Amino acid sequence: MSDALLEVENLRVSFPSPRGERVEVVRGVSFRVGRERLGIVGESGSGKSITGRAILRLIRPPGRVTADRLAFRGRNLLDLSDTAMREVRGAGISMVMQDPKFSLNPVIRVGDQIAEALVTHERRPSREVRRRVIEMLQAVRIDDPERVARLYPHQLSGGMGQRVMIAMMLIARPDLLIADEPTSALDVSVQAQVLDIVDALVRDEGMGLIFISHDLDLVSSYCDRILVMHRGEIVEECAAGRLREARHPYTRGLLAAVPRLDDTREELPVLDRRAMGGT
Amino acid sequence: MAAVDWLLDDSPSSRLQARIGRLYRLALAIARNPLAVAGAVIVGLLVLTAAFAPWIATQDPIVQSLGDRLKPPSAAHWMGTDELGRDIWSRVVFGSRITLTIVLLVALIAAPAGLVVGAVAAYAGGWTDRVLMGLTDVFLSMPKLILALAFVAALGPGIENAIIAIAITSWPGYARIARAEALVIRNSEFIAAVELQGASAWRVISTNILPLCVSSMIIRVTLDMAGIILTAAGLGFIGLGAQPPTPEWGAMISRGRSFILDQWWVATMPGFAIVLVSLGFCFLGDGLRDALDPKRTEGK
Amino acid sequence: MTLDAPARGLEPASADRSGSAGRGAARLARSLAAVAASVFATFLGLLAITFFIGRVVPIDPVIAVVGDRAPKDVYEATRIALGLDRPLVEQFARYCLAVLSGDLGTSISTGNRVVDDLRHVFPATLEMATIGIVIGVGLGVPMGVWAAARQGSWIDQVIRVAGLLGYAVPAFWLGLVGLAVFYARLKWVGGPGRLDIAYDGLIEPVTGLLLVDSLLAGETEIFANALWHLALPCSVLGFFSLAYIARMTRSFLLDQLSQEFVVTARVKGVPEWKVVWKHAFRPILIPLVTVIGLSYAGLLEGSVMIETIFSWPGIGNYLTTALLNADMNAVLGATLVIGAVFIGINKLSDILYRVLDPRAA
Ligand SMILES: Nc1ncnc2c1ncn2[C@@H]1O[C@H](COP(=O)(O)OP(=O)(O)OP(=O)(O)O)[C@@H](O)[C@H]1O
Ligand SMILES: [Mg+2]
Repeated sequence: MSDALLEVENLRVSFPSPRGERVEVVRGVSFRVGRERLGIVGESGSGKSITGRAILRLIRPPGRVTADRLAFRGRNLLDLSDTAMREVRGAGISMVMQDPKFSLNPVIRVGDQIAEALVTHERRPSREVRRRVIEMLQAVRIDDPERVARLYPHQLSGGMGQRVMIAMMLIARPDLLIADEPTSALDVSVQAQVLDIVDALVRDEGMGLIFISHDLDLVSSYCDRILVMHRGEIVEECAAGRLREARHPYTRGLLAAVPRLDDTREELPVLDRRAMGGT
Repeated sequence: MAAVDWLLDDSPSSRLQARIGRLYRLALAIARNPLAVAGAVIVGLLVLTAAFAPWIATQDPIVQSLGDRLKPPSAAHWMGTDELGRDIWSRVVFGSRITLTIVLLVALIAAPAGLVVGAVAAYAGGWTDRVLMGLTDVFLSMPKLILALAFVAALGPGIENAIIAIAITSWPGYARIARAEALVIRNSEFIAAVELQGASAWRVISTNILPLCVSSMIIRVTLDMAGIILTAAGLGFIGLGAQPPTPEWGAMISRGRSFILDQWWVATMPGFAIVLVSLGFCFLGDGLRDALDPKRTEGK
Repeated sequence: MTLDAPARGLEPASADRSGSAGRGAARLARSLAAVAASVFATFLGLLAITFFIGRVVPIDPVIAVVGDRAPKDVYEATRIALGLDRPLVEQFARYCLAVLSGDLGTSISTGNRVVDDLRHVFPATLEMATIGIVIGVGLGVPMGVWAAARQGSWIDQVIRVAGLLGYAVPAFWLGLVGLAVFYARLKWVGGPGRLDIAYDGLIEPVTGLLLVDSLLAGETEIFANALWHLALPCSVLGFFSLAYIARMTRSFLLDQLSQEFVVTARVKGVPEWKVVWKHAFRPILIPLVTVIGLSYAGLLEGSVMIETIFSWPGIGNYLTTALLNADMNAVLGATLVIGAVFIGINKLSDILYRVLDPRAA
């Protein structure tokens, strides 16, 4: 995997605790992503979102980020100036956030928010910007893009909001998209549609994708490769197809806990944390 | 070290431990905020000054000595003397008693009154709630200072009437907070359980709802102290509050007004006392709020 | 299961949130009706309070008219003539009608109708408070934004302390100190009064606002002199409004800066100044309108304390003079007017808030 888009080595993120000392919430994570779909799974609080944000250097003080290497297309992100980092954000790496209800600015029209993602990186005549916004809204399968572009976020449904989010994050054609639980705030019925849209766009553009989720089943059916995170560390890394061969007790516990249609068990097994030892 | 662990234990084994632990954490949070520490120190100094005024003052605050009139600050008179030859430092020191009395009395009248009104409104709901809160809103929309002035005008000048007037204009704020807090508590399972055991409405309010509102009330009262001090001083300044020869800070500024251009210290010194004490309460109130309500300050 | 249950399908139906425009308008109308009701109740409350104060005042209103040596029958006749023998409710109704028709009684100290006195003094206060609020907004908003954008830095601490000083410094004292320093010592600003004595009475009042009237008359010299005299009192008022506005702006903005949509903006690569001024600032514009309204109303109230210091012939000075002379008609009249303007501005900003918010609260 020599053509890695993103290389992460020994990434650590810490926050001060109320008692004064610092608590590491991401503890030495290393991985690489190429033009592929990488899934990151783990339970709530395992540090998935923080990892995603640390890559974009969005952890603000008092949070602290260190890494032996955090390189995007060979350039070390931690050495970039703020201005250079802003060039990377949106145009190089962008991120679809979890909940459209809170992630869209409530008082700016949807179309303007999408357009902003584009004009931040490329100066273009406003007619063309408008055209691109409409195209992008069509690409995320919004039927009535002209009307939707004029709406405020509170006038959108959750599924529409998330499609707007995706349009906004892809309009500047990034090389790598981090999707942080893009569907967990949505109705089950819309989840599949939204995933489908992301999938198609990622494939068409040949982007890399980091797909963050706590849903093991979803990730294994959707991604090429899977990282399992637990308490700020990566405990398992494997190809999606070989998940059944996972060795780490935490992953095995997760797998055992996923209910199956052909299930005949009386009771769902529960993770036995003592068995996992010293993490 | 072990003692600290006991204080900070995440799963305290007794109610006492939990309570002391909470106080300790609060103290820690305040100690980490320099402004809050400054506030606590200032308020502490105010209380000490008021308590030991006769020992801290260098002279009698009332007795005149016309030979010494309008002396600038010096070793003998740290803040100079006023137009009747009285030592301003001593008067400022004794004035702390008046200020402390005013803020305490206003707080003791207005806060409980507001607390009861708010708690009753929240607990009773329906028409009681609507009438009480309507009244509260009407009072809240009024200009407080003007209203206090008009009340004192009607009641007659004097420190007691000033206290009453300020209290009348400041209870509605507390009623609002108490109601908001009480509504949350009222709708909790915990109160439902108490009611199921057959407790009367008044009992529920007084033994369960009121104590739980107290912490947010304390924050609010501390934050309001500065406003109360300023209003009281304003009334004194206009001549409607404490009457001469009482060494009330606002009244002292008022007397120094005629000398402001040549004997600046007469009006300026009591003003510094007002600023210092009000600022102390502001810092402390701010610190308390940040400590008790961390989500307001820490971004996410 | 150890992972969060993936099925969150029970979230309230979100597709319906587009809400028809008609329903939004109806909701707005209902909320405006509620404001109207509260405006009415508040004004009635204000009248009730001034009426009540007028009754409990220790000075017997009859004696105020006939003198304390009047014979008993004259006293009684006046009492009836004044309507003081009627039931309280009726007296209150009469009082309300009188106030609504512009009758606030006669001032015993000036001998004029209180309404005429008030009309005469109000513009002076209005001019001062308006310039004060312009200073307060012009400096307070940027300072609050600056402090929030650099939360925890020394500049934030300085602005925070300055903001708290606004709650801790007595206005009348600041005015005095300002006079001593900037007028008497440094001679940077004009002294008490609205104009130098030499210019007094040269301008025919049209609006009562000296800056406007002097320009209308083409008297730039008088305009400059008026500005010279306004500088200090307006700066003092401006400081208090600045302190409050900066503090509120900071706290509103901090709230916004911790929102997810701010992260979204940063993810897009938007520069930080634009994140602050566009993404975080836009949503607080509407609550800021309310804060500015409150502050403006507060300045009208605060002028009561300031005007005595600056011998400013405004409503505050009128009120304090009346208070000291126990001139109750004038006291209640001024209280009513200041109260009404205060309530009016308050409620107006409340209405503005409801109309402006795209989420139509
Ligand atoms: N600003 C912060 N200060 C202190 N701790 C934080 C902060 N932000 C996150 N954390 C901690 O970091 C840990 C990891 O958080 P993160 O948001 O990455 O979890 P996650 O894996 O995304 O979980 P979820 O599935 O719930 O989104 C959590 O334990 C959280 O409490
Ligand atoms: Mg997360």
